[in-house]
Amino acid sequence: MSLAPSPPFTGRPRRAWRKDSVLPGFPLALGITLTWLSLIFLLPLSALLLRPWELGLSGFWTVVTDPRVLAALRISFGAAALAATINAGLGLLIAWVLSRYTFPGRRVVDALVDLPFALPTAVAGIALTAIYAPNGPLGAPLAELGIRIAYTPLGIVLALIFVGLPFVVRTVQPVLEDLDREVEEAARTLGATPRQTAWRVVLPALAPALLTGVGLAFARAAGEYGSVIFIAGNMPLRSEIAPLLIVIKLEQFDYAGAASVGLAMLALSFTGLLLLNTLQGVLARRGRA
Amino acid sequence: MNHRPLAPAGLALIASALVALGLIVVLPLAMVFHEAFRQGAGAYLAALSEPDAWSAMRLTLLVAAISVPLNAVFGLAAAWAIAKFEFPGRSLLVTMIDLPFSISPVVSGLVWVLLFGVNGWFGPLLQELGVRVIFNVTGVVLATVLVTLPFVARELIPLMEQQGADEEIAAITLGAGPWTTFFRVTLPNVKWGLLYGVLLCNARAMGEFGAVSVVSGHIRGLTNTMPLHVEILYNEYDFVGAFAVATVLAGLALVTLILKSALEWRHAGELAATRRH
Amino acid sequence: MFDWLILERESEMMINLNRRAALIGGLASAGALAACAPRPNAAAATLLNVSYDPTREFYRDYNALFAQLQPALAGGVRVEQSHGGSGKQARSVVDGLEADVVTLALAADIDEMAKRGLIAPDWAGRLPNNSAPYTSTIVFLVRKGNPKAIRSWSDLIRPGVEVITPNPKTSGGARWNYLAAWDHGLKQGGGDPAAARDYVSALFRQVPVLDTGARGSTTTFAQRGIGDVLLAWENEAFLAIKELGAGGLDIVAPPTSILAEPPVAVVDRIVERRGTRDLAEAYLAGLYAPEAQDLAARHHFRPRNAEVSARYADKFVQLEMSTIADFGGWPAAQAEHFADGAVFDQIYRPQ
Repeated sequence: MSLAPSPPFTGRPRRAWRKDSVLPGFPLALGITLTWLSLIFLLPLSALLLRPWELGLSGFWTVVTDPRVLAALRISFGAAALAATINAGLGLLIAWVLSRYTFPGRRVVDALVDLPFALPTAVAGIALTAIYAPNGPLGAPLAELGIRIAYTPLGIVLALIFVGLPFVVRTVQPVLEDLDREVEEAARTLGATPRQTAWRVVLPALAPALLTGVGLAFARAAGEYGSVIFIAGNMPLRSEIAPLLIVIKLEQFDYAGAASVGLAMLALSFTGLLLLNTLQGVLARRGRA
Repeated sequence: MNHRPLAPAGLALIASALVALGLIVVLPLAMVFHEAFRQGAGAYLAALSEPDAWSAMRLTLLVAAISVPLNAVFGLAAAWAIAKFEFPGRSLLVTMIDLPFSISPVVSGLVWVLLFGVNGWFGPLLQELGVRVIFNVTGVVLATVLVTLPFVARELIPLMEQQGADEEIAAITLGAGPWTTFFRVTLPNVKWGLLYGVLLCNARAMGEFGAVSVVSGHIRGLTNTMPLHVEILYNEYDFVGAFAVATVLAGLALVTLILKSALEWRHAGELAATRRH
Repeated sequence: MFDWLILERESEMMINLNRRAALIGGLASAGALAACAPRPNAAAATLLNVSYDPTREFYRDYNALFAQLQPALAGGVRVEQSHGGSGKQARSVVDGLEADVVTLALAADIDEMAKRGLIAPDWAGRLPNNSAPYTSTIVFLVRKGNPKAIRSWSDLIRPGVEVITPNPKTSGGARWNYLAAWDHGLKQGGGDPAAARDYVSALFRQVPVLDTGARGSTTTFAQRGIGDVLLAWENEAFLAIKELGAGGLDIVAPPTSILAEPPVAVVDRIVERRGTRDLAEAYLAGLYAPEAQDLAARHHFRPRNAEVSARYADKFVQLEMSTIADFGGWPAAQAEHFADGAVFDQIYRPQ
């Protein structure tokens, strides 16, 4: 999937303006979009947004500032941030290799990148646990070295790297492919070392796309449940993730409490995405200037 | 595509990328196949020919067949409105379309319970009408549609933005009708993008677990999708069966993705041409 | 041929008379049963049994047995099954999953439905033995040969012993584990709740992984090799040995444990609407018949029927068992131990 960032509107001349466009179909297209979005997303979302207020503001606040909930949010978002950062590096590497080199089996490798989008998360979680458990094919040698991955916070990060990887690769790859090679070559001709070219020329051009990819990977990972519960160990305060707390609250028929945690997660994801989008906009403007 | 001879640095980069991908993506996949064939091909085939496995496959295909076209139409409409026109609130709309990516699957299921559960907003009304929305196929479709909402739109918006509206404006000016313009100009231009979006949307629709788990009711042979059936078999200690069904899912996904990759390569020239407009 | 379905006379049986008459009438004459059904000529009468995880194998066999014995119904009877964590299943029913009968891990989950008007509040008295046709208890599953010499509850908190149990907040089975441990702590401390609390806190400090369900914990213990002892339902322990651990696992029965009573109930509101009450009641009543009791015993549940119990005396070790009544019933146990902020949550309060 090309998850290329939508360009922000910063004075770029548009070919068609709403007011004077000769193109038809705007009301129909916008109508379909808004209707579908309202039915499938906004209506359910409002149920989530309004439910916690049964508890009142103070009730909501008590739920989300409970030490268990705070710890779980810290674990979910901390592990997601760490995984997204690691994915920034890995994703960039993989996208670079896929767009800059030809080697046998490249198409298959390219297709494999999307696999985490498609494999059921529970299956991924079970498979990762089997591999990295202390008696698993990789877990056993690692355990010899004193490294435990499954049933520790490290396991959470591993599962989240799996879940988020394609977001980064698929955002960066198209930009990397489009990037004018002449600019790179010009830099080289002007005496820049490959490293300088990479840091000074390529990376700045990639930064907006990379940030979008990292943002999406982060947001997706923060809410991940299926793959994480198998590998996390689920110990309160240590490896218990926020979506698990939602499930726990639901088990007690505490719908308002569950919705409160859901709302807190949504707010945090949204803030994270907004920060990254703002940063990306700044970088994009600077890139054009 | 660059065909620069491989320097040692290049080889090292390729090797490290492959190792990373191997550890993170390929190894779990290999594990799934290894476990599925642990007791030989006979046990594997026996696990797949079980009636409950078949009904799970049928349900999964049915759910994908309903939700993917709906989201494809939505994606086309959203991309048309967003990429070809400028209007207030446009950026907000784009963010809204992205947001389902960031919602926990558990929450994506929960919201439907809050709406249509017996104690939800519309619960009493539905009960009066004798209509059930969750804990049946409808519920599974709703959860799947929400989770896969952004895929087609997210693919088409940047593509259509890059292409601009010149061709459509020219067609309209020359007297073509709106639908003719859409089917003869726009659709051919975005057909590959649309196809990739649909393929990914489909892959995700078939693989969704968390959200579907909340609204399915887990009735064996009736409302269990393939991912849910995998969980059930796993919980019955039928590891061969669980992983066998998982290989079908992984296989469907892999075929889809390789098909996509192959198309992308075959039509690379055409794609590049449409993108350069 | 319906002999097996005729209820045994048990002194504590508390089914009220007219319902019982209807039940036996419905059972004794298939014609009458068909006449009661709303669509007598429908292809098959269906029931949905919403159950918890460890009963899959048992109900698969029981459903076949039940269907066999209802031949006069056009198309027979089809019982559909739904399995999952007990609490999650209860919530699905509360939210609208149309279960004709529920067969769950603990009475508290059925009480939640009763609280919301789905089931009459007196449900537990409608069938014999608190509406729990089979029971189990909590035992220890250890590695072959019991290398850490774990024999009693106090051995679990020895340094270096890792204990696997699911999370009591998400698993009904784990709540029985927890209560059995509490009971031990209480007995050891001469009835002092503070001692019980210390013991349970110490126990959960030995737990490295808290899975969300009983089957998840068993897999963690048996397949992933984590931990030295698994706290498990006795039936799950037998099944794990059969399915997973051939040669690798042993069952240790602790000196004291708790009588785990997984209850069954007809969901009144649903059967009224669907017109399936007679069939649903026959289905549950049939669980007490000797054939079904024997089936339960073969699936490692402790039967209630004395004759069947005697046949399986070797399989099920006699041990000293407390019951949920010793904890003041489920509402009290729930509020004291498992509610938000109650004792279990306090164990995991940051220091």
